[in-house]
Amino acid sequence: MLPFILRRLAQAVLVMLVVGMGAFWLFQYVGDPVSNLVGQDATAAQRAQLHAELGLDKPVPVQFARFVGHALAGDFGISLRQGREVSALIAERLPATLELAVVAAFISVAAGVPLGVYAALRRRRWDAKAVMAVSLLGVSLPTFLVGIVLIEVFSVLLGWLPSFGRGATVQMGGWSTGLLTVDGWRHVLLPAVTLAIYQLALLMRLVRAEMLEALRSDYVKFARARGLPDRVVHFGHALRNALMPVLTISGLQLGSLIAFSVITETVFAWPGMGSLFIQAVQFPDVPVMAAYLCFIALVFVVINLVVDLLYAIVDPRLRPHGARTRGAP
Amino acid sequence: MTLRAPSTPERAAASPPRGPRWKRWWASDLRHEFVRSPTALIAAAIALLCVIGALLAPWLAPHDPSDLAHLDLADSHLPPAWMADGRATYPLGTDDQGRDMLSALLHGLRISLMVGLSSVALSVAIGVTTGLVAGFAGGVVDAALMRLSDVMLSFPPILIALLIDGVGRTIFPHARDLLAFGVLVLALTLTEWVRYARTVRGSTLVERHKDYVQAARLVGMRPWRLLRRHVLPNVLGPVLVLATIQVGQAIVTEATLSFLGIGVPPTTPSLGTLIRIGNDFLYAGEWWITVFPAAALVLVALSVNLLGDWLRDALNPRLR
Repeated sequence: MLPFILRRLAQAVLVMLVVGMGAFWLFQYVGDPVSNLVGQDATAAQRAQLHAELGLDKPVPVQFARFVGHALAGDFGISLRQGREVSALIAERLPATLELAVVAAFISVAAGVPLGVYAALRRRRWDAKAVMAVSLLGVSLPTFLVGIVLIEVFSVLLGWLPSFGRGATVQMGGWSTGLLTVDGWRHVLLPAVTLAIYQLALLMRLVRAEMLEALRSDYVKFARARGLPDRVVHFGHALRNALMPVLTISGLQLGSLIAFSVITETVFAWPGMGSLFIQAVQFPDVPVMAAYLCFIALVFVVINLVVDLLYAIVDPRLRPHGARTRGAP
Repeated sequence: MTLRAPSTPERAAASPPRGPRWKRWWASDLRHEFVRSPTALIAAAIALLCVIGALLAPWLAPHDPSDLAHLDLADSHLPPAWMADGRATYPLGTDDQGRDMLSALLHGLRISLMVGLSSVALSVAIGVTTGLVAGFAGGVVDAALMRLSDVMLSFPPILIALLIDGVGRTIFPHARDLLAFGVLVLALTLTEWVRYARTVRGSTLVERHKDYVQAARLVGMRPWRLLRRHVLPNVLGPVLVLATIQVGQAIVTEATLSFLGIGVPPTTPSLGTLIRIGNDFLYAGEWWITVFPAAALVLVALSVNLLGDWLRDALNPRLR
């Protein structure tokens, strides 16, 4: 087991290094930072001295090592657009994005699993078929279009829900939350549903497929033969076994939710990291882009790592060869 | 001497009639399946209609949206022709600059399809070549491809496209017109090519141990010719399915990036930029600026997806 963990960790570090290199490379296009720092009449000697102080006279690998050191400490420099510390900007925007993603994940699981089970159990009925057809639409529709439609219906036509911003937030020790106020909930509803739609449709189709697979299996036939009531067979036997792959997929999808929030946040003017990133790309604001790049890579690497490790723990068949021979008697 | 896949029984049994390509297709199971599937027929009809509209946009469109001389601000914000204030010259109304929506829509469709098709064509070319070489040669190329695709496939495509687009815009800060298109197509291409590479690599690994490959090697055929003439036709099936679905995907991704303001230049009409412009006027009740391009986008995406799904099932007899 240990060699497997070490190998996966090494792979994760390698990916982060490659992404870091990409981020570092971006900084080459910012221009010479020294000319921004010194005045017009600075002598060549002063410039050279500042170059040396900033470490810009060192070879590129040394500069990269410095960059990695700073990045590990969460220091990505100053935003070109807003003139503030990038780390502070990110810390300020992080709660909004995470809350949006968590609410969306909750919606997609809470609605996707029951709908998928229903579509599997009643698969010949017209309403289950309608659910499937709608889910195909949910997978094909672009996220931003779903957002626009929801705004048009619930904000413009019906006037029930606000269409932009986070509403009232409560500050709790450096974390600003919108989930403690009614106004905050009213604001989070539309963007969260927008973000959830695609995942919901995906999850529903997955649950249905897994459920149908489980219903065909021998243990379900045997349970029926024992004369167990449908309710027990469906939920005690079939659903339980169908949920295992569903759980891992929904874990992986949390990363996608954070990634897709770039679009949703722009549509709803949600003050999260995604809209920060889009503004950075439009400007272009390299330090912010580099920080976001590293952050999102870290999120995905960690999620993939955790899922891989969980797989290996839960299912011994998936362990790589080295680990398997060692574990076998 | 024919070396065509004697080891695959279904091909040998069907023994396609010789002759021009379209004649072989006409006699195939695929056409039979196609004609019998109402979904495929409708989806193909819609897709064809969109392609024709896009191809003939300069001749079909009543106005030229890029011709600034003919724009009249007095004609801006007009509703579609069938509404009270509508005018017959602007069948689907006008946007905030007085552009005819129908013309903008047709030209936008043209640009969206162009970006989508060219990025898919490029990524198929890169992906299939890499996949063939990796599957056939193995070794370092194969290992590198697999690691790279492991990493790339664990990120959602839209995110990779966003990042590459961002990097491209940093490197070319004042990208205008053609360069902006280049960055966009490149972003879409680099996002998608690994999928083809992986699919083709998998099929090539299977094919390379088959008798016909060994036979071709024995008669001294050069590797490149062997790959192109004999292996390639046998691994193209899944690529075709993937490419069909990816055209829809690429169009949606292009629209998304353009909607976010980082795709095609903002003044160029594409489905994404049109929806973006219209989004600002939704509150004023001017729904037509958004609704028509949005409907076109959904129709294209949905019909291409349905076609892809149908093709996948039709090419895989086990799923029937």
